[in-house]
Amino acid sequence: MSSHYPDPNVPQPETFAFTPEVMEQAKVFIAKYPAGRQRSAVMPLLDLAQRQDGWLSRAAMDYIAGLLGMPPIKVYEVATFYTMYRLRPVGKHHVQLCTNISCWLRGSDDVKRAAEEVFGIGFGQSNDEATLEEVECAGACVNAPVAQIGDDYYEDLTYDNAKALFQALKDGKPVQVGSQIGRQTSCPEGGPTTLKGDA
Amino acid sequence: MPKLTIDGIEVEVPAGTTILQAAEQIGIEIPRFCYHERLSIAGNCRMCLVEVQPGPPKPAASCAMPVAEGMTVKTNSPMAVKARKGVMEFLLINHPLDCPICDQGGECDLQDQAVAFGYDRSRYTEQKRAVQDKYMGPLVATEMTRCIQCTRCVRFAQEVAGAPDLGGVNRGEHMEITTYVEKAIGSELSGNLVDLCPVGALTSKPYAFNARPWELKKTESIDVFDAVGSNIRVDARGNEVLRVLPRLNEDVNEEWLGDKSRHAIDGLRRQRLDTPYVRKDGKLVPASWQEAFAAIAAKVKTTSGAKMAAVAGDMADAESMVLLKDLLTALGSRSFDCRQDGAVFDLSNRLSWQFNSGIAGIDEADAILIVGSNPRWEAPVLNARLRKRYLTGKAKFALIGEATDLTYKVDHLGTGPDALKAVADGSSPFAAVLKAAQKPMIILGMGALTRKDSAAVLALASQVVDSCGLVKDGWNGFNVLHTAAARVGGLELGFVPGANGRDLEGILSGAEKGELDFVYLLGADEIDTKRLGKAFVVYQGSHGDAGAMRADVILPGAAYTEKSGTYLNTEGRMQRTARAVFPIGEAKEDWTIIRALSEVLGHTLPQNTLAQVRDRLAAISAVFDEDTAVPAGKWGAFGAAGTTDAAAFESPVKNYYMTDPISRASRTMAECTEVYVNGNQKRKTGTHG
Repeated sequence: MSSHYPDPNVPQPETFAFTPEVMEQAKVFIAKYPAGRQRSAVMPLLDLAQRQDGWLSRAAMDYIAGLLGMPPIKVYEVATFYTMYRLRPVGKHHVQLCTNISCWLRGSDDVKRAAEEVFGIGFGQSNDEATLEEVECAGACVNAPVAQIGDDYYEDLTYDNAKALFQALKDGKPVQVGSQIGRQTSCPEGGPTTLKGDA
Repeated sequence: MPKLTIDGIEVEVPAGTTILQAAEQIGIEIPRFCYHERLSIAGNCRMCLVEVQPGPPKPAASCAMPVAEGMTVKTNSPMAVKARKGVMEFLLINHPLDCPICDQGGECDLQDQAVAFGYDRSRYTEQKRAVQDKYMGPLVATEMTRCIQCTRCVRFAQEVAGAPDLGGVNRGEHMEITTYVEKAIGSELSGNLVDLCPVGALTSKPYAFNARPWELKKTESIDVFDAVGSNIRVDARGNEVLRVLPRLNEDVNEEWLGDKSRHAIDGLRRQRLDTPYVRKDGKLVPASWQEAFAAIAAKVKTTSGAKMAAVAGDMADAESMVLLKDLLTALGSRSFDCRQDGAVFDLSNRLSWQFNSGIAGIDEADAILIVGSNPRWEAPVLNARLRKRYLTGKAKFALIGEATDLTYKVDHLGTGPDALKAVADGSSPFAAVLKAAQKPMIILGMGALTRKDSAAVLALASQVVDSCGLVKDGWNGFNVLHTAAARVGGLELGFVPGANGRDLEGILSGAEKGELDFVYLLGADEIDTKRLGKAFVVYQGSHGDAGAMRADVILPGAAYTEKSGTYLNTEGRMQRTARAVFPIGEAKEDWTIIRALSEVLGHTLPQNTLAQVRDRLAAISAVFDEDTAVPAGKWGAFGAAGTTDAAAFESPVKNYYMTDPISRASRTMAECTEVYVNGNQKRKTGTHG
């Protein structure tokens, strides 16, 4: 959540513009809506801008307002309403750690400790490498504890595998997305427990 | 039409009416915060909950619920009362309850409704939230912790003002009303936000911590800063005007008021002429009324009537104009002009200078051509009405003149008379639009009528009227939008050159060449006073401005809040100001000054009372008589055909916030000029000034 509020100490860039490739994607979104209703594309466009810069600056929001012909305040309203829009810069890896009851019972405190040790920051803090954030239920309780890093979920974390995962991310090494213990989707841990054979 | 029962009273209302509106029709008031009859319905404060049957067994928001056949509504059942008390308790959770230090105290909807509908104590012991105050320009002070998020201000800015600068950011408990960026509300109607705010979140900055509403003497009057004649209420304490609020008049200003009309009043206390002055050895020195009159009498005695002239200013009341005209006529002069801007009309036909379809006629017009006017700055309240019509989508708009943001989309046909010519001869596509319209309208501004070629422009406009059928049965779509409150009154009572008399240009060039020896300025400050040459100048007015600087004798008059004066607005609607406070110092009501002067000059005017002056006005024109119906005018061709200049029409109002001696003396208006006209948006810190 902390990345959701603008940081008055971070200077805002003067200008923003979509790169030509992103502009092509934006045009696809805008074309989905009938003439005169272009502003409906504001949410996907904000997402594109966030992917381009890593966060949404005032300049980016103003740019989108201009692109869609809507008052800038209407864009600010949308961007500030949804917590997945980030209004301040985040580190290279945006680590969102769930600490709600399922994850907490399954050891999210250990995962938090691992993250703090690897990245050297606590919840709500940020450095060049990472931004660490505490989030509410990520909806993956079956594979708790869970962390969302960037667009992907990393599940079944323990202190050890989480530390290895964070270290690998920090070192730029390839990592395994999803369950860290080889679980298949949300199946029971260690393989099937029922319906093992033909009836 | 659905029939329903509200609190046991049966009522039949048109389909689509909401329960709250239906209840209002039978005199049942349902409490509300977010609902406002001139804004869209939001339904987010929940204060208007009532019990509705049939329906789900829970209270319903009456402001957003349309009536249905056979509905039974209870506004005071135990369920409704309990629901309202609950809502009020929720609203007060984050409200600071700082009424003793809040400017809204005493006229606060939240305060009143908490007393009427809330619990008498609070059960809330947790932390309250605090919200940072926002910068909204030099007129609106904010205390956002008091905000209850009704969003009236957001809807007003977007819908009425057409300046979508406000919004609600974040969500849930963190929701805030803000401009997000440090930015003044970009509207000439921003003062209305303060009236709309049901709590003390938005209050008037210039009026901050000045007075409590129960200390104020309230006087119903009218506004003279533009030609709309908005209905106002002047609130004064002692002999000081502290604020001006709009009054409801559906035909004129609805319930809005422009920022200048509302906030220029601090100019009423500055630069005032509070004693007569006489120029001695090149210097103006304070004098008594007798000395001032004697100085004028000495000059008048040695001057022939033909060498005298008078110019009336933009805020002169009809009473003083008619007496001044009568006096100078008696002295033998025929040179009068009430048009400081030299505007051209057909002086024999009032249809040529009035807003003939009426301001309320805008609500019916379906094609509107604006020529040489920037209504946003010349008459912001009227512009809001144009925008309202625009938002219905039932009218097409076109503009000839400077391309400015009028807060609605216009088809920009061109900048000068050539574009008007194209409409007149039918070659412009908008001519077809006007022809096809049921109620077409042309609005002619002073930008078009104060030029050298204005007679030809007026002729072109008149040609548009004929070729596009703007005047038909029960509809006259020829409208002139004036910029000065006094203008229509002056034209109506004939404060214009008589036979062989000089008009404004004639007066100025005559004085320059020494052909005129005596010029009487009745509050006239917008003329080029350098051109008055060696003439003996008498200035009668309320403020020390351009006219007073040049004067040889100054007679201190009353400002519009200090006298009862008659004004005709741009429609020709007669309205009167009322005295809210007394004139400052030695200053007197304007008509009495001229009456007293007439005696000294040996041409005593017969009017001894204000009623007699008004009888004189009524004798000149039925427009000034409340009891007589004004005969319908007859349409004729106006202007004189001639060649037109290709130059663009330019609105005479270059700075909305400073157009007259009062607003030029106002600090608040100086601040607005700095922010809105010079674009210096920087928020000032405590160490400035």
